[in-house]
Amino acid sequence: MPADAAVMPQQAPPLQLCLRADPLAVRHTLARVMADPLLARLDPDLRDRAEILLAEVLNNIVEHAYAGQPGPIRLCIGPNPTGLLILAEDEGRPMPAARLPPGDLPPLTGDLPEGGFGWCLIRSLATSLTYRRGPNGNCLTLILPINDSADSAGLARSQKN
Amino acid sequence: MDLLAKPTPEHLVVQVLADRIDAAGAIRFKDGMREITQRSSGPVLLDLSQVRFLDSSGLGAVVAVMKLLGPDRRLELARLTPAVQKVFRLTRMDSIFTIHETLPEGAPHAR
Repeated sequence: MPADAAVMPQQAPPLQLCLRADPLAVRHTLARVMADPLLARLDPDLRDRAEILLAEVLNNIVEHAYAGQPGPIRLCIGPNPTGLLILAEDEGRPMPAARLPPGDLPPLTGDLPEGGFGWCLIRSLATSLTYRRGPNGNCLTLILPINDSADSAGLARSQKN
Repeated sequence: MDLLAKPTPEHLVVQVLADRIDAAGAIRFKDGMREITQRSSGPVLLDLSQVRFLDSSGLGAVVAVMKLLGPDRRLELARLTPAVQKVFRLTRMDSIFTIHETLPEGAPHAR
């Protein structure tokens, strides 16, 4: 499934991984991604945001698209003019109503929620979200914006590797 | 998940000896907290200084621990690392918990 042409970088994304839809595989994948030169040299604040964002994207696929069933997740991460482009594909169930969840913060009064924070985190950390349901599964793309010049410099350095 | 409990006059201080509370470890964290807190009473102070990363499942588990302690037993948090702080701030859960930057006086200084 092709990603949105407008946000897809011209070159192949430098980091491509396939993992099992399983919480431990997500943990190991995050460790591997965060050690990759693409992310390893970024500002610590941006690294934290990247790890939170990727964790929520992958955990949602494990918990909702596959709902505990086994299946593959493909993840691509590449530099983009405005930040890091993240693409995640799976062969699980579609998003409810075939659209991205609004990601509203659950009400923090009365009986406090123990879930429902994932999309709220994704929406507060990412921009340019797109979702497509293809014949074989789901395709989500989003951008982790890099605003600060120090962050951009870090990304430029890591692109040379 | 390894948890280290130290009773102090003010709180039961529980230090999480893991570098993450994530979807793969959230249930173990919650079960461990249930076990370690049921032998005592009074407020609980969760020292998160070793926890470098927490995802929404980990956040849900912290909320679950607060609920399992019941309305009469407070859960407070201490020493959040930057990524953990971000998750609490972005979900506004930092408005729900009392968060200490350091361990309050009287608490033994765990490293």
